[in-house]
Amino acid sequence: MRRLALALAASLVLAAASDRAAAADAQRGQELYESRCGGCHSLDANRVGPAHRGVYGRKAGSAPNFAYSTAVKNSTVVWEDRTLDAWLTNPQAVIPGQRMNFRVALPEDRTDIIAYLRQQSGK
Amino acid sequence: MSQVIDLRRRGLLRASGVTVLSASAVALLAGCEKMAVAQSGNTANDVGILNTALALENEAISAYQIGAQSGLLQKPVLDVAVLFQTHHKEHRDALIATIRKLGGTPVAAKSDAEVAQALNAAALKNQADVLRLAQRLEKGAANAYIGVIPSFGDRALAQVSARLAADEVMHWTVLSQALKDPLPAKALSFGA
Repeated sequence: MRRLALALAASLVLAAASDRAAAADAQRGQELYESRCGGCHSLDANRVGPAHRGVYGRKAGSAPNFAYSTAVKNSTVVWEDRTLDAWLTNPQAVIPGQRMNFRVALPEDRTDIIAYLRQQSGK
Repeated sequence: MSQVIDLRRRGLLRASGVTVLSASAVALLAGCEKMAVAQSGNTANDVGILNTALALENEAISAYQIGAQSGLLQKPVLDVAVLFQTHHKEHRDALIATIRKLGGTPVAAKSDAEVAQALNAAALKNQADVLRLAQRLEKGAANAYIGVIPSFGDRALAQVSARLAADEVMHWTVLSQALKDPLPAKALSFGA
């Protein structure tokens, strides 16, 4: 019974995430990206953080010519909806020892930012 | 008062759940020597956040330098840009001192030329372009300082992050007025 309840809860969480992804607004995501992420990131230039064009679908720590932390460089995480959502929720929980630490609190904001990054990665 | 941290005492106090380091950090960033007691946190992670903030401040200093030397800014806008650069230098110096006090190594600044390339400074053609770039960077910096607040182990440093964000918002507001942009129609336009 407990297993069934856990499975049901997990499927509800996944369904909610899936619903959010389906409703993602990449245009709003661009606005959020520019105002929230733009202090440190650009699509095509390494700044305080790495360049983001192409981030969706690539392995963490693989943007060319960016000096990553050892933790990110050694990570096996691949950036897609689920991992990016977890990363933007709490980077330290995904890759302990990373240097970003910036959090996006609202799920709908994360979803839209991820939709924009995915769009800009041609995925 | 000595500026040297007694590491044995620091370890003892951290083990007991009280941290003198946070008080030192607050004293440096707040510009006073009054010590405050704060919750113990992950110092290495806090140093990482402060170093990211330092990289951001270094970029801002370079951006204002590039703007000031561009020949595109006229007085009194030029004077304001130089004043804001001074604020960022004060942020930088406080961050470096705090990172060192916490046992970390401050990140080195990139050259102005590297920053100019990353920010596509070659595309700046007039005063409004320079102000627009500065406005964008200040808003990004304010949001960055707000966005890292939940990640600080030391709540006193989180408060300092809010103070730094307030400076960036002040810069953003002045730049927005210079650009004759409308004020935000709704409240809570910064941060999450």
